[in-house]
Amino acid sequence: MAFDEYVTPASVEESVAMLASLRGAGRVIAGGTDLVIQLQHKERKASCLVDVTGIPGLAEIRREDSFIIVGAATTFAQLEQSPIVRRGAPVLAEAASWVGSPQIRNVGTLGGNVVNAQPAADGSIALLALDAEAEIANLTGRQWVPLDSLFVSPGVSRIDATAEMITAFRFRPQAAWEGSAFERLARRRALSLPLINVGVRVQLSAERTHVRRVRISIGPVAPVPFRAGAAEKLLQSRPLDEATIREASEVAAREGNPRSSLLRASKEYRIELVRTLTERALSRAIQAARG
Amino acid sequence: MDKNLILRMTVNGQVVEVPVSATDTLATVLRENLGLTGTKIGCEEGECGACTVLVDGLAVNSCLYLAMKAHGRTIRTVEGLARNGQLHPLQQAFIDHGAVQCGYCTPGMLLSAVALLEQNPHPTDDEIRRAISGNLCRCTGYIKIIDAIRAVAEGH
Repeated sequence: MAFDEYVTPASVEESVAMLASLRGAGRVIAGGTDLVIQLQHKERKASCLVDVTGIPGLAEIRREDSFIIVGAATTFAQLEQSPIVRRGAPVLAEAASWVGSPQIRNVGTLGGNVVNAQPAADGSIALLALDAEAEIANLTGRQWVPLDSLFVSPGVSRIDATAEMITAFRFRPQAAWEGSAFERLARRRALSLPLINVGVRVQLSAERTHVRRVRISIGPVAPVPFRAGAAEKLLQSRPLDEATIREASEVAAREGNPRSSLLRASKEYRIELVRTLTERALSRAIQAARG
Repeated sequence: MDKNLILRMTVNGQVVEVPVSATDTLATVLRENLGLTGTKIGCEEGECGACTVLVDGLAVNSCLYLAMKAHGRTIRTVEGLARNGQLHPLQQAFIDHGAVQCGYCTPGMLLSAVALLEQNPHPTDDEIRRAISGNLCRCTGYIKIIDAIRAVAEGH
């Protein structure tokens, strides 16, 4: 690691101003559970770390108008335990409960998870299913952007952590006839990256015979967190029954393009997992939506 | 790197001020500056939990936790568990149940167990397993560790 300054700005505006004055030599740090390793391995460089976790409100979860707002420095442990998230976005609470270990969940943040842009980041997959937006702060001000516009390639997001930061995420809480669920398989139940993870959010018609709107997000089956658009369309166009759920899961399995990994799983096995986990997540989310 | 920063924190009830560099992790400062070598360094990437300490009551991997993050906070390490020459009930239970083999994971296991019982004094076995899921024991003595934690939770 090669940095020698560590600063703790008291506001978002101060953070952005500090980053600007450092001209690319500063970098935002939140929990640091990924960044400390990246710095040790010299995968990222910084001469000054700008710790944003002490900024008032940045680790808060709240209801505001028709949204749930989650501060970017909210930890996975907070998400997992938050009554607002558990009730309004179970897919995100479930995803948070799978991350790393208790020690990692106590420190790692949702904002860091997104900025690190791993294609199977549990937080990103859940936020994608929620159609979330992220608020970006930089010298030009603050702006809400769709989450799926932030991912470029594995490990690369559009957020330039040497000049800007995510301050919050927002999404609509679940209302009547809505449900969500997260499914994941890994080699072990803790400290293990997902072989496949799937997030689903579904809204049924008032008669509950059709799917009015569904989002299916899957990782890692593409260089970035992936939306199974064809499977979503199929579900929205057919009467809802078990055969439709099964067929949509088959379509989802064919849409993605997972890679074989010696450490994790073969492509063929992962395709099977997408089918199985999508079916499970859809079934659970639909059951929750039926109430 | 220069030790150009001053870290002020409370460690096991004592306020300390330590010159650190921005690159130091909490694990390094505890072991090398404060001599608290009960905190073990294993994998150095947050996988094994041997470096677990409590920061404001929460279990964290001190190998991934930059020392400056601890500024103004309260840290507990395994050295702070015994009181007035009396072992902490969890320490005594680990001994009584044979939950210590090579001992390398023990400090981290103890602190994860302390954090659990302080938040949830009567956990189920599943909750105990989940609380220590970030701590690897390569002697694989998990059953006896779970027995020891359960015994303290039940007040034995």
